[in-house]
Amino acid sequence: MKMSASRAMVECLKAEGINTVYGYPGAAICPFFDALLDEEKTIKNILVRHEANGGHAASGFARISGRPQVCIATSGPGAVNLITAIATAYADSIPIIAITGQVSTEQIGSDAFQEADITGAAEPFVKHSYLVKDAGDIPRIFKEAFYIAGTGRPGPVLIDVPVDVQKAVIDFSYPKSVSIRSYKPTIKGNYMQVKRVAKALKSAKRPLICIGGGVFASHATEEVRKLSEVMDIPVITTMMGISCFNDDDRLFFGMIGTHGVKSANSAANDCDTLLLVGARVGDRAVKTPLALAETTTIIHIDIDPAEIGKNIGTDIPLVGNAKDVLRQLLEVVEPMEHKEWVEHLESYRVKREYSRPKEGTVNPREFIEKLSEAMPAETIVTADVGQNQIWAATSYKLKANGRFLTSGGMGTMGYSLPCAMGAKMACPERTSLQICGDGSFQMQFMEMATCVQYGIKVKIVVMTNNRLGMVRELQDIGFNGRKVSVFLDGSPDFVKLAEAYGIPALRVNDEKSMKKAIKELAGEDKLMLVEVCVDEDAPTL
Amino acid sequence: MKHTISVLVENHSGVLSRISGLFSRRGFNIESLAVGPTENPEVSRITIIADGDDHTVEQIEKQLNKLIEVIKVKSFKPSECMARELMLLKVSATADKRQEIMTICEITESKVIDMTVNTMTLEICDKYDHLIKFVALLEPYGIIEMVRTGTIAIQRGSDTIAAGK
Ligand SMILES: Cc1ncc(C[n+]2csc(CCOP(=O)(O)OP(=O)(O)O)c2C)c(N)n1
Repeated sequence: MKMSASRAMVECLKAEGINTVYGYPGAAICPFFDALLDEEKTIKNILVRHEANGGHAASGFARISGRPQVCIATSGPGAVNLITAIATAYADSIPIIAITGQVSTEQIGSDAFQEADITGAAEPFVKHSYLVKDAGDIPRIFKEAFYIAGTGRPGPVLIDVPVDVQKAVIDFSYPKSVSIRSYKPTIKGNYMQVKRVAKALKSAKRPLICIGGGVFASHATEEVRKLSEVMDIPVITTMMGISCFNDDDRLFFGMIGTHGVKSANSAANDCDTLLLVGARVGDRAVKTPLALAETTTIIHIDIDPAEIGKNIGTDIPLVGNAKDVLRQLLEVVEPMEHKEWVEHLESYRVKREYSRPKEGTVNPREFIEKLSEAMPAETIVTADVGQNQIWAATSYKLKANGRFLTSGGMGTMGYSLPCAMGAKMACPERTSLQICGDGSFQMQFMEMATCVQYGIKVKIVVMTNNRLGMVRELQDIGFNGRKVSVFLDGSPDFVKLAEAYGIPALRVNDEKSMKKAIKELAGEDKLMLVEVCVDEDAPTL
Repeated sequence: MKHTISVLVENHSGVLSRISGLFSRRGFNIESLAVGPTENPEVSRITIIADGDDHTVEQIEKQLNKLIEVIKVKSFKPSECMARELMLLKVSATADKRQEIMTICEITESKVIDMTVNTMTLEICDKYDHLIKFVALLEPYGIIEMVRTGTIAIQRGSDTIAAGK
């Protein structure tokens, strides 16, 4: 069928089942926006207030829906604004499709108004990118882009479309299949390797499973649970793996890493065999991979061969999709018991005790733990970056089917609100709870308008310590308390700010207001904000 | 240690920048890089000489393989492939030195391709080590300008890395 290329782009999105996009217009992407208007009943554009937030929202949507999602920006500044979101998605292997407008083909390379070489600039952070030169390639390119973003190790794909290309007329038909000779991710594990893994697990005295974000990417939570149960193997997670495993499972020992919990880090120290699943052993998760590999048999399951052996020496590599590989493994393993080992790990569990907070503040970890007890089980928790992230990661007790989202690899401040918006739109039945600091909130609070405009119900929690808390702590510990540029004086009254947007808001600064706020947060699903006053010197751990 | 890495890629614009970007971004050192078409017009072949230990080379191979437009990557030990590089070299040569330089050319199987009153331009196509020796032999005369293509390599025997098959 003959149609404009911009209309064809919309048809491609429809064919991919996209119902929401996060875009910010400008001259070079206008033909595409115009075509979107014709299909506004099928595809809704959410006008975020900054392009990066559009990318983060698409990321939140993708993480909950399990499908690549779309963000859109114009050429030049719009495209460049998207880079933070693209890099954030890349670091956490989240499938997003970034569509950018570009100056017209004959202007490319002339430093035209709002021209930026976005495919060049984003190259280090994309799984793949396209600069569309021939409008006739659009159906194939879109098909490939979605396929590449969502398969193998997921990641962002960028499609840069010059404005004249968008206006061209093409003969549209959406390809049914993709064939890229040079892209064939390994899905099933090598059978011999699977047997080797089974053997190593069988002979292990102190086995441990460490799971990462890859378990979500391959929808393998059930398989991990089964393996852990059948073989009686304790489980720990990386930050990206939080909520892959049931928090109150007797075999769960928490998050590993610099900011992890004692039980998880001690388990990693004491185990004799470590099975890594979809975890890349980032430096925040394992500080001294060399030492760990020396004393431990390392088994590494990952769909990306390049991750195996990159950060930690591996005894048994196993390339494949975690879900498929674990299923293969489940067919060959036998039930085991590791009573002594599990008991040993039990001794590392620390009972949480909260110090009395300073007058006019509450203990942030106590607040988060109590909040988690009250929130609906299926709540999607989105944490920002900083102390608030670690408080959320270690003190929020997730219930079965709960979900935890954060920017793990890039640690991008300002991720949480847009991500929570996308997550909410992907699954409106679930409560979307966002936790951030007063620093990071000021990098994203413009999105409150978007929430109001489109009725996106996010429960916003701002942990106010009037500091860039995590950096403040670093300066206290690592720079002899020489504090510089961590004071957030000049911040607005966040309760009043929310109210200015018409968003109901509460402040927590004592036991009583804490109770009230928790009740509100756990209650009716609505857009609201809670400011939690926290001691400026409160520690992360 | 030096490794020879052959990479077959889709003959698209932008591929070379993706590859060179990958090397600099990941801190891999490239000694030389040569690119050209293959027997299949859709496929280009890049030959990279890279420095690094086995772990580094393994990472290079794996990271290259992740680029969507990379069709095949293979690294060779020196004994597994034949490698050649073309060099053009302009050297000062006044009349009294010409004969000596011609002798060097004869022994090294290089050619004189241009000559002026006080310069000679030479061409040699050989292995990396031989080029180094050739340069050393000519240094005393004064090398004015040197240009090299970078090494290309092909497997010994009947094995190939088969473009597009
Ligand atoms: C975009 C960005 N800029 C800078 C940083 C470095 N950084 C990490 S944590 C942090 C402080 C965050 O402060 P706040 O949001 O108030 O949270 P808190 O640590 O106080 O909970 C900063 C500046 C970052 N992670 N991201």
